[in-house]
Amino acid sequence: MIEIRNLFKTYGHGSAAVHALEGVDFDVDAGEVVMLMGPSGSGKTTLLSIMGCILRATSGSVKIDGREVASLPEKKLPGVRLEHFGFIFQGFNLFPALTAQENVELTLKLKGRSAREARRQAGELLEQVDLSEKAGRLPSDLSGGQKQRVAIARALAGDPPIILADEPTAALDSQSGLNVMQMLTRLAKQRGRAVVVVTHDSRVLGFADRIVEIADGRICSAELGMEKTA
Amino acid sequence: MLTLAWKNLFHDRVRLAVTLVGIVFALVLILMQFGLFLGFLDTSANIVERSGADLWVTSPRIPYVNGGSPLSESNRWKVLAVPAVERVDRYILAWVPWKLKTGAIENVQVVGYNLDSGVGGPWNVVEGSAAALRGEDTVIVDEIYKSLLGVSRIGEVFEISGRRARIVGFTRGIRSFTTAPFVFCSFKNALNYGAGIIREDQAVYLLVKGRAGVSANALKAAVQPMVPELDVLTNEEMHRRTQTHWVFATGAGITTLLGAVLGLIVGVVVVAQTIYAATVDHIREFGTLKAMGASNGHIYRVILAQAAISGVMGYTAAIAIALTVSEGSQGGNAPILLPPEVAVGTLALALAMCMGASVISIRKATRIDPAMVFRG
Repeated sequence: MIEIRNLFKTYGHGSAAVHALEGVDFDVDAGEVVMLMGPSGSGKTTLLSIMGCILRATSGSVKIDGREVASLPEKKLPGVRLEHFGFIFQGFNLFPALTAQENVELTLKLKGRSAREARRQAGELLEQVDLSEKAGRLPSDLSGGQKQRVAIARALAGDPPIILADEPTAALDSQSGLNVMQMLTRLAKQRGRAVVVVTHDSRVLGFADRIVEIADGRICSAELGMEKTA
Repeated sequence: MLTLAWKNLFHDRVRLAVTLVGIVFALVLILMQFGLFLGFLDTSANIVERSGADLWVTSPRIPYVNGGSPLSESNRWKVLAVPAVERVDRYILAWVPWKLKTGAIENVQVVGYNLDSGVGGPWNVVEGSAAALRGEDTVIVDEIYKSLLGVSRIGEVFEISGRRARIVGFTRGIRSFTTAPFVFCSFKNALNYGAGIIREDQAVYLLVKGRAGVSANALKAAVQPMVPELDVLTNEEMHRRTQTHWVFATGAGITTLLGAVLGLIVGVVVVAQTIYAATVDHIREFGTLKAMGASNGHIYRVILAQAAISGVMGYTAAIAIALTVSEGSQGGNAPILLPPEVAVGTLALALAMCMGASVISIRKATRIDPAMVFRG
């Protein structure tokens, strides 16, 4: 589903150049939960950004469903993001002026759904994350766990095949974090989504099919998740 | 996207209030400065604009209407000989002393015109009537100058150049650009008040009316050869000459014009900063939108819609304030004029400023570092 080969990303030029990624090879398949780990500044977020077609690689190949996206012109990338990805952010990044329902609807409208269809689908998605009764609430009225569930519903809007999550449990308490990871794992297993999670949170490693460690812009180890090795 | 723009604005009421205060301040500043400038222009040459004359025959090279000097009445007959001329009226505009009941002296500009034709006479008479000027030693003044001239009602008697001057009416809104108010009276009375300055066989101007269908320029071309030693100006030329004098030959005009231009510049800067700050406040949300797959076009629409909504709201408040101030200024010496075209033009300006300012923020919003989106 995602196939990355010999990926380089360099910020700046000459002596000021910073090599964020150096020759990364990385694959994710449908139905797989992959966790990216590594210290701050190791290149995890850069890799996630390039994978999500938000950031351009300096060189290398990025294929999504077999289609090369690294060389696509800039104006084509929003369409790729809309079609293929759902994003979950550490800080939730919900629109504070919109209700939970409107936050989910917004993604659907971006994907071309009519207002009525967007309303219906957003309601269903919020039901899936067990937040129907909070649909009319603003993010400021929701707990951290509830916000992240709204963010998950938003990421699922329009049924994207790949979910990219950046530290989705970092701002949550243990129980909420576990709930969020259970949801993401269910998505991968029951609906065949590819889920890539950047995390520092060792509590959630048990949900991974694979754990990939990055250091200094290179993948230094890739191993099966704890449950798989047990 | 419009929903997002609208909700973004109204979600943070304090932010919205700050934005609107900035826009309102800028627009009121612009409206006031331009209104003052327009009032300045209008006041500087109102007596010409409303004269009803087609041509002004004047002494050579007068700088502006208030600076005329006497010319011989015999010129009137020369002008009347032109077939395209309907009538020629003698006209006096002269600086004379007005004596208050306290004994103090104020300078006034006596305006003597032909009561039969009414050309060059007062307008907007709100109390008494211009017809009453047929009485001996009668004058009309503007109600704005009641206090300056010590006048309170019709029938009161004062002295102009040592001669009786009885108030028979009041106008509204005929301001003088100088500190000397206009005092309207018959040509004959004006000769009396101007005795020592103007002889009986003189006038300061000859006001010419052409026959129906004759353009001012054609009339001028026909009249000028008859009085080659004098200047013949169309009403528009006299109007422009007078305005140009006050605007460019005096510091006051340049100052007002500069004030208007500075008002515009300051207004644009304030609006630009305000809109920019309002957009930057939402920069993370725009980054999220972009990450989710919104095109730059989507983001442009949200930002421009926010700017347009802010602009319209700010304009509505600003024009209400400006119209109130303008209304209040009509009784004073410095009127602020806001004609409909200025009001409409300012709306266009407000939208242009807000949306133009938002373009700067658009550049920022569409060049967001994606790492920012992924940071908590």
